[in-house]
Amino acid sequence: MLPMRIVKRQEPLGFGGSFFVIFSALVVSLLLSAFLLFLGGTPPVRGMSVLFQGAFGSRWALEDSVLKAIPIFLCSLGVAVAFRLKIWNIGAEGQFALGAIGATWIALSFPAWPKHFLLPAMIVMAMVGGGLWGLIPALLRQRLKTNEIIVTLMMNYIAILLLDYLVYGVWKDPRSFGFPMTPMFSEQAIVGKIGSTSINWGLAHCLILGLVVWVFFRFTRVGFEIKASGDNVRAARYAGLPYDRLVVLVMVLSGALAGWAGFLEASATVNRLQPSIMVGYGYTAIVVAWLARLHPASIGVAAILLAGLRVGVESLQLDLQVPSAFGGIIEGLILLTVLAGGLFTHYRFAWRRKI
Amino acid sequence: MTGEIVIALLAATVQSGTPILFATLGEIFTEKSGVLNLGVEGVMILGALAGFVVARQTGNPTLGFFAAGLVGSLATAIHGMVCLWFCGNQVVSGLALTILGTGLANYLGTTFIGTAAPGFTPFAVPLLSAIPVIGQIFFQHDPLVYVSYLIPPVMWLFFARTRFGLGLRAAGEYPAAATAAGLNVRAYRWLGIVGGGFFMGLGGAYLSLAYTHLWTSSLTAGRGWIAVALVIFAFWRPGRAVFGAYLFGGIMALQLRLQASGTQLPSSILLMLPYVLTVIVLVLSSWRKRTSDEPASLGVNIAPAD
Repeated sequence: MLPMRIVKRQEPLGFGGSFFVIFSALVVSLLLSAFLLFLGGTPPVRGMSVLFQGAFGSRWALEDSVLKAIPIFLCSLGVAVAFRLKIWNIGAEGQFALGAIGATWIALSFPAWPKHFLLPAMIVMAMVGGGLWGLIPALLRQRLKTNEIIVTLMMNYIAILLLDYLVYGVWKDPRSFGFPMTPMFSEQAIVGKIGSTSINWGLAHCLILGLVVWVFFRFTRVGFEIKASGDNVRAARYAGLPYDRLVVLVMVLSGALAGWAGFLEASATVNRLQPSIMVGYGYTAIVVAWLARLHPASIGVAAILLAGLRVGVESLQLDLQVPSAFGGIIEGLILLTVLAGGLFTHYRFAWRRKI
Repeated sequence: MTGEIVIALLAATVQSGTPILFATLGEIFTEKSGVLNLGVEGVMILGALAGFVVARQTGNPTLGFFAAGLVGSLATAIHGMVCLWFCGNQVVSGLALTILGTGLANYLGTTFIGTAAPGFTPFAVPLLSAIPVIGQIFFQHDPLVYVSYLIPPVMWLFFARTRFGLGLRAAGEYPAAATAAGLNVRAYRWLGIVGGGFFMGLGGAYLSLAYTHLWTSSLTAGRGWIAVALVIFAFWRPGRAVFGAYLFGGIMALQLRLQASGTQLPSSILLMLPYVLTVIVLVLSSWRKRTSDEPASLGVNIAPAD
């Protein structure tokens, strides 16, 4: 018999302890990733150093990491809103696509509108697109108790194909030499960069929206109702909370935030709509949300970390020919170890006493 | 002439449905023990790679097929560790397994992209294949299809008529009562997870060893997720899973034919069909949920071991 046993804690683990557990989980997952590099014939120490240098080692790398963190942060914020209610919105990827599609539609239809008018219109349409993609699974769940996990996931596939359909078909740039992309947006439809950096003003959107979500959960009645219902659905129903309406609300909010991310990616990053914007930010967002325990400020930190890993994997690919799929491995391992570490929030190991 | 086309389409339906059938049966086996495993997509692609690599290195596709099953079990054991030892959330753990499995398969499989391996070839069953229509649709396939015919009845017998099957179902329905009755719920859930993973791996191997004889990184293309949806459609019954799997096999076969026939419909719209159908099928099955055999404690973890 093992000399240790698992005992329930009197009090859940505090902030410092949780931080230590998550940090250990990250270390374990990075060690496992290094081992996989070794199995793949890459020197592991050199590989991990290239990964971190590539992610945070230079000004250019750091800017790129922040740039990629912007869409991940917004998607993750959305995912976290839904997860608070224990609604499993796996559809950030599709909602992101619909956001980009909605914004593009406005940008291509009214290219001559003044900037202060065009950009808000694009944002609104992006939120409508993403929100709609969240509303459908929410209504199906509310009315028919259809499993939202699979519906949101299927809608990811459908959204990506819809985006493909548009850029290969009706929206295709006639001067793109056959490449699937829309024409470049007009100057007014582009979110600019901050000063001399390569980072766009989407960063400011992130700060504002992060604050809004934090205030929403901390200080508003509906935010409290969502948290309470997420902790205990039956008790919440008993207390008369409008659970079914909350489901629709969080899914629409969640989709709208991911849609906003899609708007920024199309407008600020690539200045047009093209299939290459679909790189799985919506799935990384789930890892980030869970890593950050759904807290907005922590989501910011985790988003930069995971975005950095993506950037680092790019240098790993360039310098040491490691396949880009390595990024997925690290993300999967981080999520698994952080989940496993969650045990220590409510339990701890104790020595067995000799009788 | 039209009759021949329909028969060919139905035969293709059986073939396209087979990998989904394996995966759906695997997920039913796991969910019956009370564990939700959303990692099917990742496990399938790992199985596809394992089967392909072993068949390629040994020249023996049968060996590859079993290796895929074993790798499937190993991969789902990760889910077992997180959910049964560490009481991690089953939804998130399954998603993580899909992310990890997809990444791992693409990472390890890079060098094999575009290469071929010896796979299974069609083998007409004597006598049965001579039956008009039925024989042509069901008995002129590769041996793996015949294996897939045997699993649903065997699985049904296992659940309905054996002690272990009863124990597995008890672990999924009411773990507290099962524990009180002296059953080791944790062990039964391990059986559900690892046993189910074996079938998911086989489903993946069907794609790389029979459906195609090639390795590409996007071989599964959402079939694992369709399998998760089909478990609900099948009301957790192995027999109904067959109908579900062939429904999707049919739509995929039809989609390929339409694409080949040079239709006016854009390919992205055609490719949407299976995913749209999944949503429709889910909506339809949620209408009559009462008749389903959903395990009462599906997705609920048991307290950590002492």
